[in-house]
Parts: sequence; structure tokens; C-alpha cells
Amino acid sequence: MSQTLSPPVERPAAGRALGRTFVSREFSVFAALAVLIIVTAIINPRFLAAQGVKDLLLNSTIFVIMAVGLAVVVITNNVDLSIGSILGLSAFGTGSLFHAFPSIPIPLVFLIGIVFGAVLGAINGLVVTIAGVPSLVITLGTLYIFRGINNAWAGSTQYFIGNEPKEFGNLSVQTLWGIPLFAVAALIVVILAAIFMFGTRAGRDLYAIGSDTEAARLFGINVTGRVVGAFVASGALTGLAGVLYASRFNSVGADTGTGFELQIVAAVVVGGVAIFGGSGTVTGAAIGAVLLTTMTGALAALNVSKFWQQAIVGALIIAAILLDRILSVRTARKLRVSEARNV
Amino acid sequence: MTMSPNSATPAALELNSATKSFGAVTALADGTIEIRFGEIHALVGENGAGKSTLVKILAGVHQPDSGHFTVNGEHVSFRSPADSKDAGISVIYQEPTLFPDLTVAENIFIGRQPRGRLGLIDRASMHSQARELFARLGVPIDPDRVAEGLSIADQQIIEIAKAISLDARILVMDEPTAALSGVEVERLFAVARSLRDRGTGILFISHRFDEVFDLCDRITVMRDGAFIATHDTPDITVDGLVREMVGRDIATLFPKQDAAIGEAVLSVSNLTRAGVFTDISFDVRAGEIVALAGLVGAGRTEVARAVFGIDRYDTGTVLLSGKPIRAHSPQSAIDAGMGFVPEDRRKQGLVMDLSVARNVTLTLRRTLARFGLINAKDERRVAEEWSARLQVKTGSQDLSVATLSGGNQQKVVIAKWLATAPRLLIVDEPTRGIDVGTKAEVHRLISELAVQGIAVLMISSELPEVLGMADTILVMHEGRISARLSRDEATAEAVLHAASASPESAA
Repeated sequence: MSQTLSPPVERPAAGRALGRTFVSREFSVFAALAVLIIVTAIINPRFLAAQGVKDLLLNSTIFVIMAVGLAVVVITNNVDLSIGSILGLSAFGTGSLFHAFPSIPIPLVFLIGIVFGAVLGAINGLVVTIAGVPSLVITLGTLYIFRGINNAWAGSTQYFIGNEPKEFGNLSVQTLWGIPLFAVAALIVVILAAIFMFGTRAGRDLYAIGSDTEAARLFGINVTGRVVGAFVASGALTGLAGVLYASRFNSVGADTGTGFELQIVAAVVVGGVAIFGGSGTVTGAAIGAVLLTTMTGALAALNVSKFWQQAIVGALIIAAILLDRILSVRTARKLRVSEARNV
Repeated sequence: MTMSPNSATPAALELNSATKSFGAVTALADGTIEIRFGEIHALVGENGAGKSTLVKILAGVHQPDSGHFTVNGEHVSFRSPADSKDAGISVIYQEPTLFPDLTVAENIFIGRQPRGRLGLIDRASMHSQARELFARLGVPIDPDRVAEGLSIADQQIIEIAKAISLDARILVMDEPTAALSGVEVERLFAVARSLRDRGTGILFISHRFDEVFDLCDRITVMRDGAFIATHDTPDITVDGLVREMVGRDIATLFPKQDAAIGEAVLSVSNLTRAGVFTDISFDVRAGEIVALAGLVGAGRTEVARAVFGIDRYDTGTVLLSGKPIRAHSPQSAIDAGMGFVPEDRRKQGLVMDLSVARNVTLTLRRTLARFGLINAKDERRVAEEWSARLQVKTGSQDLSVATLSGGNQQKVVIAKWLATAPRLLIVDEPTRGIDVGTKAEVHRLISELAVQGIAVLMISSELPEVLGMADTILVMHEGRISARLSRDEATAEAVLHAASASPESAA
């Protein structure tokens, strides 16, 4: 009854091996991060001084939040290239708000930033799903549109936020039990997103859509609604990141956030999210973001030229994708032979 | 063992005189079937008999143009697969559609996962429910593994588990055994029988007569998109079934011309690709049409693709006019004089957005080019010449090829290859999706090519086409050639028997 064609042990073993590699995808990014930090600290002990760790956490906060948002989109087999421009608009909008209403309550500014980002994300999501055009193209378009609006709006204006309401600028240096407040916020975002993606029906639908969109549609999953939702989430998180950016960095202007989108895509891919959707986790993407930002600091501490840093990031991306490819080719080959009927 | 269904059993599902057309092509002229609770009902018919269209109507994928459809005695009209599912119908396709990245348990329960505290998915309960389902089915599949890499047999079991968890009362299995091994088939049948004994109505589509007679209580035969008859299994024999499935005069359909048969053009010996086909040897001679017949999935297209160099093969040789062809190199196959008209014209045979002229001359880019540039005047002259010779009906050579009918598109693909003056032409399902009138024209064309001395290797799932066109018929079954029949000894029965490898296959 329970006979199978291949030796009975083989299939569960292959399953476990596959499961292991999925676990190890996040684990290997984390291990790479740990190795990077340890090696750098040994060579240059000042790297891990209190201020060093704090900077490390602060620097990665904004990328972590954006990477979580983008990971949600990528898991549905889409991509949002406009996030750098959304961040720019949100950050410059924050500066404008404080400029126009210096006494505006800070929580309200956060709310406005998040809602604003969500609206921009919704525009992306609606155009992608209604037009049925690949998100790569649509969001490449909105990347330029949003950036163009930012340019027209800001012109040569630069807001120096740190000076205006002191409490807002101070947010970025405040700590909770010694941990920067921003890092706590990022951690909360990661935890909530991880729970949502792992533990809710809606989250699992996103994986199903990315795994096989047609099958998901046949199965009755509301593909349009879910995909728009993913873009809204990504936009909202990027909006939040924009407000944090305004607090953290001294100035915001027309080109704030330019080029961030590719760095975030890199973080997501290095963090083990499959670029064609269906697998990977927001936690992995977050670790990937920390890894890439830490690399900047580490290479500086090691006196490595800034130019090498970019080459290393590129190598990491290719290594991550090659790993995926090798795994799937190997699985396919194993399958073909094990399913052979009479050979 | 076999339940003898009596007419007092209420009908689980009844479809009466359903019709369905796609444009000018009638896919289903009379879709009629009645499935009872607690029976396994076979649906048999040749390729193109309308079985798939009927299944898609039951599944809610297609809406019938007319006809009467009741489920459980109530009139229904499905607008989507979800409607069909809600009515208690589950369809398992030959290639199940699972989410490869999700775990087995999630594939079963996606969208309906059991929820615990805070509305979060209760994975422990989900997995124990999945385990219970597999225990009930008597099949040990690990619910925690991802679906990627599961065998088709296991994927079907997962679809069945899903159907059970959805409480489906009617299960439709569309050629579920086509890709299974003997042991896996037995396992599937054990599951099907136990479901039937619990009252599920099962529609089972298969080409294999031994399975149909072994498993099913009743058998419905379709031919040319229409219902022919329903029999209680004990009342019918394999021969009777084949007669009802074929039932028409083949000789009148295709006017094959006699061609002088010459030297061997293509010689394939001992071609093997692990897990796909084994020890394939045959010759195609000048002026000869050799048909590769067999069931879908028997490995026919794979052999042709390997011969042409699209796919790799592990061992064996391919000779064209006595000279070996480099493996895995379509360009060297083309240079040696091979042409390949693929099964899927739209995706593989044509560039749909390009003009008729461009498509015809696609294979001639090198000979037409001077200093790397293609002379537009020459291109047009060649294209017009071939279009005229093959009677391609198009308003202009500049129209995009997508505007042509299926039959005319097929002529463009053939013209494209003829322009290279091939010695061997491989045609894969030359008339699939082409309406009856144009079919004859495509057949006339292929026959004329043979008269001109071109060797033709034709893959076809349509029995009348095979019997009407071929000088030699090679029947494939599960990756091997199971029969070689000359035109004189080929009958529909002999081909069908060899293709489904029932014991009668004496060839």
C-alpha cells in the first residue's frame, strides 16, 4: 500500500534537505553578518565601541523598514522600484510640514507620512493590477514620476529639520533601554510583518500568489486585492521610513532617497527572498538590509575603498541568485530521474 | 467487488446536450453524461472527442452555449471554477496545480487554514488534519515538506486530499494515470475505490482500457464532440468500445497521394534520454511519411525535439543522409536539411507580431542577407512566392501573422521551413486547433511534400490522421516504441491497443 517507486527513504529525505536549505537561507545571511562583524571587530576594535553599535543600528533602521515592505511585494512576484522616490517625497513632505506648521504634533506627522506613502503604493498597485502590466515597468515609470514631482515641488529648497522642532530631530538619538528608539521601531515592524506573513491567511495568500499566480486565481484567491494590499503595505512602510529619514539626517531636498530602490532590492535578494516570488521571509530581507548597511561601516573601519564595497554587494547578489538556481536545477534533475518509469 | 449500480440511485450530476463552440470550431456538439453517487464512471473517446471541453464545463472553466446541467437535482450554471467547487465538484487535472513553494498542508488548506488565537493560523491543527487525511487515504506524505519536487502521483493524492477536505461529492479525474507508474496507479485506484464506497461520484477519464475495465462501473463513449453511448461495464468489450470510439470511414477523409519511396533520409538508432524515452530506433525514407502515434505523454514530441537538437539525449545517434548530426544543436540540424514544425505554432512556430513576409523568411536570414543586411525586395519576393505556392490566404504580406486563421498560420510555418529546401520535415500535431475544412488542405500539402521526395516525420494524436496519412506508423508507449505498423496492417484497433499497451498488442 505504502510502496513508492523510488526507495521509500528517498523522498522524505529530499523533503527534509529542501526544508533545511530554506532554513539555512536566512541562517546563512545571519552567519555572514556575524562573521563580518566579528572579523571587523578583531581587526579594528573601535568598530564595536558603544557609539559604533548604535550607529550601526541607526543606519540600518531605514533600510530594514523599506526592505520589509519591498519583501512583501517581491513575495507576490512583483517589484516596487519607486520606493526611493516615495521615501524622497515623504521625507521632503515632512520637512515642508514642519516648515509650514512648526508646532504640528509629531505623531500626526508620522501618520501623514505613512498614509501618504500608502496612497502612493496604492497607485502603484492599482495600475499594476488593472493594466496587467509587469510591475517592473509600472514602478519604473512611477519612480520617475514621483521623483519628478519631488523635483518640481522642492526645486532647490533644502529643509534642515534638525533645527526646527528640536524634539523631532532628537528622536533619532533617543534610546529605550540603551537601544535607539528607531531600532526598536524597526524591530516592531519586522516582528509584526513576520507574524502577518507567517501566521495569517492573507499572508499565506501572498506566498501562494507569488508561487503560481494563475493557480491562485483558479483557486479563488482575490489576487488583485492582495497584490494591491502588498503595494500599499510597501508604500506605507516607505512613508514611515521617509519620516524617520527626515529626523535622522540633517537635510531633505529634491534628490533625497535617489537610488535607494536598488539597494533595497539588493537587500531583499541577499536576504533570501526569491526574486520571482513565493519564497523567502521578511526577516531574511531585514537581515539582508542590516548586512548591506553594516558592510559600509565595516569596510570603512577596515580601510577598504568605498568602490570595492559596491563590487562586494554585487557579488553577494549574484551568489544569492546562483544559490537559488543551483538548488532548483538540482531538484529538477533529481526529479526527472526518480520519476523515470521504466529506465 | 464492483457495485452494480441500479437506476434508483439518484444522479449526482447530469449534463444534457451541452454545446460549446470556440469561434467557428465546435468543440462540443452534444455533451451528455450522468454521474451517480457511489459509482466510478469512465469517459472514453479519442483525442479531440470533446472530453476535455466537457470536463472544463463541469469545472466551471467554460460556460456551455446551450444544454441542461443539474447537480444534485438542481439546475446550475457555473460562472467560475469557484462556483463549481461550491457545488461540491472537485476536478483533478493530469498535471495538478499546486503552489510549489508552500508546504503540502498549506496546499490543502490554503484560504481555509484552521485558525486559533488572535485569528492566526493554527499550524499544529492544520498539520494534524493533513496527516489525518493522508492516513485515511493510506498514503504517507509529509505535510511539512514543500510541494516543489513532489512526484505527479503524490501531487494528485494531495489534490484528492484537498477534495476530501472540501467535502466534494463529485470528483472528476482527467487522465490522472497518464504520468503514473504501475504501482502509483494501483495506489490511486485504491483511493478511488474507497471514496466510491463512501458515496462519492467519480468521473474517470483514461485512454487505457485495462484501467477503465478494472476500475469503472459504467462507461460513456464520446466521438467528434458528441455523446455516443453509456454502458454498464460488464455489458461491453474492448473491441466494442474501440468500434464506438473510431466509428467512421477514415479512407475518405484524407486524399493521400502515392509517393515513390527512396533511400533513408533520417536514421535514428538507440536514442535514449533517461526518464523520457528509451532505445528509439527508426528510419524515415525519402518520400515516406512516418507517423509517431501514441498517448499524450508517451514521449513522441520529446523524441522529435531530441532528433532536431532542441533537447539533449543521453545515448544514441541521429544520421541525416548518412551523416551524423551534432547532438543538442538545432542549427546543425537545419544546416543538414531538417525542418521542424512545432506543436504550438503560436508560441514556437511563429513570431505573432511580425508580418507574414518576415515569418516566411525567418529561416533564410543568412541566405537573403548581403553584408549582414537583408534586402527587403528579395525578402518580399521569396515570401510571395511561397505564399502563392502554399495558397496562404492573407490580405497582404505586411499583415501581422496573428491576423491569419489557424490553418493559414500553419501554412506559413510550413512555408518557412520549405523555403530552406529541407530533406526532412518534422511536423508535430500539424492540424491541432485547425477547423475541419482547412485540415484537409494541410494534409494535402504534407502529402504533396512527400511526393516531391521530402521525408516526413509526423507526430499526431488523431487516429484518422495517422491512419490516413502515414506509410509507416510507430506507436509509442511510455517512452518506448511498442509497435511498428505498415500502412496495410495498420488499423485503428491495432494502434489504440499498442498505444495503451493492453495485452492484445501483438505487434
